[in-house]
Amino acid sequence: MQIYLPIAEVAVNALVLIGLGGIVGLMSGLFGVGGGFLITPLLFFIGIPPAIAVATGANQVVASSFSGVLAHVKRKTVDFRMGWVLLAGGLVGSSAGVLLFNMLSRLGQVDLVVQLCYVVFLGLIGAMMLQESLRALHRARRSGPIKPMRRHQHGWVHKWPWKMKFRASGLYISSIPVLLVGAAVGVLGAIMGVGGGFIMVPAMIYLLGMPTKVVIGTSLFQITFLSAYTTLMHAVSSNTVDVMLAVLLIVGGVTGAQIGTHLGARLRAEQLRILLALLVLGVCGKLALDLFLRPDELYSITPGILR
Amino acid sequence: MIRHALFAVLAPVLLALPANAQPAIPEQPPEQIVAGLSRDDVDITTSFDGSEIIIYGAIKRETRIPAGEPLDVIVTLEGPAQALTVRHKERRLGIWVNTGRVSIGSAPSFYVVATTRPLHLILPAAEDQRHRISIPLAMRAFAGPMEVEDAVPYTEALIRLRRAADVYRQDDGAVRLAEETLFRADVRLPANLVEGVYSTRIFLLRQGRIIDTFRAPIEVRKVGLERWLYRLALEQPFIYGIMSLAIAVAAGWGASAAFRLVKRP
Repeated sequence: MQIYLPIAEVAVNALVLIGLGGIVGLMSGLFGVGGGFLITPLLFFIGIPPAIAVATGANQVVASSFSGVLAHVKRKTVDFRMGWVLLAGGLVGSSAGVLLFNMLSRLGQVDLVVQLCYVVFLGLIGAMMLQESLRALHRARRSGPIKPMRRHQHGWVHKWPWKMKFRASGLYISSIPVLLVGAAVGVLGAIMGVGGGFIMVPAMIYLLGMPTKVVIGTSLFQITFLSAYTTLMHAVSSNTVDVMLAVLLIVGGVTGAQIGTHLGARLRAEQLRILLALLVLGVCGKLALDLFLRPDELYSITPGILR
Repeated sequence: MIRHALFAVLAPVLLALPANAQPAIPEQPPEQIVAGLSRDDVDITTSFDGSEIIIYGAIKRETRIPAGEPLDVIVTLEGPAQALTVRHKERRLGIWVNTGRVSIGSAPSFYVVATTRPLHLILPAAEDQRHRISIPLAMRAFAGPMEVEDAVPYTEALIRLRRAADVYRQDDGAVRLAEETLFRADVRLPANLVEGVYSTRIFLLRQGRIIDTFRAPIEVRKVGLERWLYRLALEQPFIYGIMSLAIAVAAGWGASAAFRLVKRP
């Protein structure tokens, strides 16, 4: 079933798009990630122009993360105060990221920077997750006593001024590192066309010391608003959001996410994390190879004249 | 009476015509194109999956078919022009990076040349230059300062990439000509069409000379939902953006509500 996308100006198979959304939704349901890092490269692969893939990907992230936030609000696992502060940083970061993106695309190096960002971040996160989950699996197998982890470690980030009380997280910390984390995720999100959950979650746990139970909900809360803002910016500044494409991806995505959540409940958490780590490392490896191996085609065409 | 008077006035003019007309009025070619298109507009609907246009016609002539070199027909179909930039990658510090670039002010988004016989056999370079028929000549101006010494590899790459994407085509022998009188070319339009006015040209050639040309426009436009969304995105981008977000939020909420319903029993 071919369908013509009004903004992308290409005809693609609607079932392929729904399937693609479904696979990514399955991932997000299984692993609790937004899936932006998968959808954007996959859209490139089926021939959607990169600028449209990035902007429409952000629109799809709004749907999947909003669906997730609702579930977390019900379970009261969202730290709204933390979310708003993260979002304030995120909006600044996202605006700066879009400016940086435009500057890089004038220089013709945007593809390179995006690819390098993907390789570095996916590589780091994937390796960390793999190591951590292998250790957890090992520990579970030995079934020895689990060492209680000491929370409330007072690191250097806790000595900064502008302290705020985050009741849901049980934290009383400076708002500066929170704003910085939000801003960093905003910049990366705008450049890489992803929600940034896979960067935010570890940063919240390891840098801010937030309890794991509120991390996912709070990150989804911030991502919903941030990607809504990014979508709107892309729509207004470059007209690159294709709503037809977004609807097809969303239909597949929300269905996949529900199936993924069901499946996820049946599988073991450590095994799931190892699978996700391998997937992240796989995507990273593929992108790294593209950078280092001689491409088949050395020339590329971009629309418009850049002066 | 009146008729007689009229004749008296016109007679010298009419009689003088065959002798005088030749240099005065541009010479009527001995063989002329009478052509038609199977359609003069293409509507892009939601289910648009490419289209086919039949460009057909006949050769009108007062005399008998001249002997000697056979007649040839070239048909071109050209999409709206676009400005674009071609980039080249080189290895720097172990990774592949864009280095050089060439800006092209105007290149057709779609271009097909269909002929009766191989193009290089029937079309001399001078006529090609004049009418810009072959694919390399269909690209017009270079724009902006040249940053590279040699732009040729860039334009060659552009043609190679566009040919690979099937938007530039040279179909030698795709025009069927019967009895040196009736011709027909079937041009396939791809699914990734750009909106705008496409132009069809037909050239009639004999002995390496273009003896007649014919032009007709084809309008390609989005209709219905496609058109509405496209216009909204361009003219009211803020409202369009809000609409896209509303759809996303509604879908997200709908999914979680549906999930709750399924889970409850």
